[in-house]
Amino acid sequence: MSVAAASATAAAAVSTDHPAARVLIRRHRLRLWEALPWIAAIAFYFAFPDYLGFGAELLIAILFALSLDLALGYAGIITLGHAAFFGAGAYTVGLLASYGIWTEPITSLLLAALMAAVIGFASGLVLLRTRGLTLLMLTICTMALLGEAANMAHDYTGGFDGLPSLPIAPVFGVFEFNPLYANTQYLYALAVLFLCFVFVRTLVHSPFGQSLTGIRENLLRMHAVGSPVRRRLVICYTISAALAGIAGGLWAQANAYVNLSALDLDRAATVLIVLILGGYGRLYGAFVGAVAYMVLAHFLAEVYPTAWQLGLGVLLVLIALFARNGILGLGETLWRRLAARRAAS
Amino acid sequence: MTETRLETKALTRQFGALAAVQAVDFKLAIGARHALIGPNGAGKTTFINLLTGVLTPTRGRVLLGGRDITDKAQAERVKLGIARTFQINRLFRGLSVLENVCISVAERVGAAPSMFRPAGRRIDVIEESLQILQTLQLADHAHHRVAELPYGRQRLVELAIAIGQKPEVLLLDEPAAGVPNAESHIILDAIERLPDHIAVLIIDHDMDVVFRFAKRVTVMVGGAVFAEGTPREIEANPEVRAVYLGQAGDG
Repeated sequence: MSVAAASATAAAAVSTDHPAARVLIRRHRLRLWEALPWIAAIAFYFAFPDYLGFGAELLIAILFALSLDLALGYAGIITLGHAAFFGAGAYTVGLLASYGIWTEPITSLLLAALMAAVIGFASGLVLLRTRGLTLLMLTICTMALLGEAANMAHDYTGGFDGLPSLPIAPVFGVFEFNPLYANTQYLYALAVLFLCFVFVRTLVHSPFGQSLTGIRENLLRMHAVGSPVRRRLVICYTISAALAGIAGGLWAQANAYVNLSALDLDRAATVLIVLILGGYGRLYGAFVGAVAYMVLAHFLAEVYPTAWQLGLGVLLVLIALFARNGILGLGETLWRRLAARRAAS
Repeated sequence: MTETRLETKALTRQFGALAAVQAVDFKLAIGARHALIGPNGAGKTTFINLLTGVLTPTRGRVLLGGRDITDKAQAERVKLGIARTFQINRLFRGLSVLENVCISVAERVGAAPSMFRPAGRRIDVIEESLQILQTLQLADHAHHRVAELPYGRQRLVELAIAIGQKPEVLLLDEPAAGVPNAESHIILDAIERLPDHIAVLIIDHDMDVVFRFAKRVTVMVGGAVFAEGTPREIEANPEVRAVYLGQAGDG
């Protein structure tokens, strides 16, 4: 298309000024408000020194939800078995520490990521040939198989009781994990979350991330534009699994124990609820969802200690009916309406 | 005769006992403006799926520029220059018009696998995509979400994504299907402005579209080629009139 090429150079100066082009060119740039979650996290550290254990738990939940967002929110991989990778990471850290093989926390996390990635890659090769409900069921199956394997190998994994009192070496050989004062756990989890977030943010704004969005929006069309769809999905699933594995490893280190709850359906369902609550495919949905879920669960459990999950169920029904894109989606809609009204007046 | 770009030899596809496409010998010349017509169930869409590699043939070969591509997968054929549009829109509905085309262009230029560089820095991809939208007179809608566009314009996006592949062979499956008459000229004009070197094959029921645009027409009936010729010959062919053109209002 030599004619088009010639006119492309002529129109080059004009075209990048186009509003649609500007949106794409600027999308990856940092906004000022993006500092907010991190400022809030540091403020939390100073404001609530007694709640840092809870805080670390929250940061880990965010990381886990973020890993799910990459697979489910961006690539549209419907999964209800993401705890398989959380558990794989947690048990990697747990087994290595419990048997005194490896206790250094940072390298342990990398090994947790590697183990989860291997399982994600292997299961993804098979699973990602399917779509929709079939895929959903197979992800649950994978998780159930891993859970049962961990249960049956109770000589090594402690079965239902898990592995208690894991010895975790100090971070950088200096900062000890103290079960009573979770300062180290909190800051360590925050640093890991930050690094993982920067990674995911880069990824979703890359052409690779754009192609994942394309797969989510129209799988068949992606085939028709020559995209190696299966390969992209497997890569995405593997990365997502690795991140979930890091979250699981962190969880094991922060609590100094592992048990079967690391890879059960309850955990997989919770992370899905967190993401839907916050808004999937939005990067910050994991943050908003995890905070909303944890605060809500805490509040509801105080008011209705026996039936707090009922309140959560009602909220989910409301979200499904009226706010499909979660809290963030609701905010975006309101913001757009407000902007439209302002433009009109 | 001009040189052949795409060719099939005895191409056959059976679904059980049914031969949806039966021993089709077909040639598409470089720069062709060719139409494929036939009643419902004639095997037109199956034929397209065989050309693009969505289906594998039971027998027969597909050749592109003389090279056998029968065993190539869909993605490989796209890379070799066969692009298509769909009878029913297959668009990235939640994304902007520009991003729809960018996704296609990024795949073609090999930008799509890159993970650590922002898509917004690939100015070349964005510029080329805008350029395509400009030639289709869609640039004014580039920032709209596809789902917000009227159907006629969505059909243009369908075309824009295919052009993003810089195809040598373009297969258009009922490009104006579902578009109100008042808008269909937008699509037809756009098709007429396609670069001359692209070999275009249109599948359509709409005789106005076919006779306005095609220099050559192939009629398929029951999975086999029934007749081929210039539009004038096809129009005058009494057998074609009997089986096809006579059946007024056939969907």
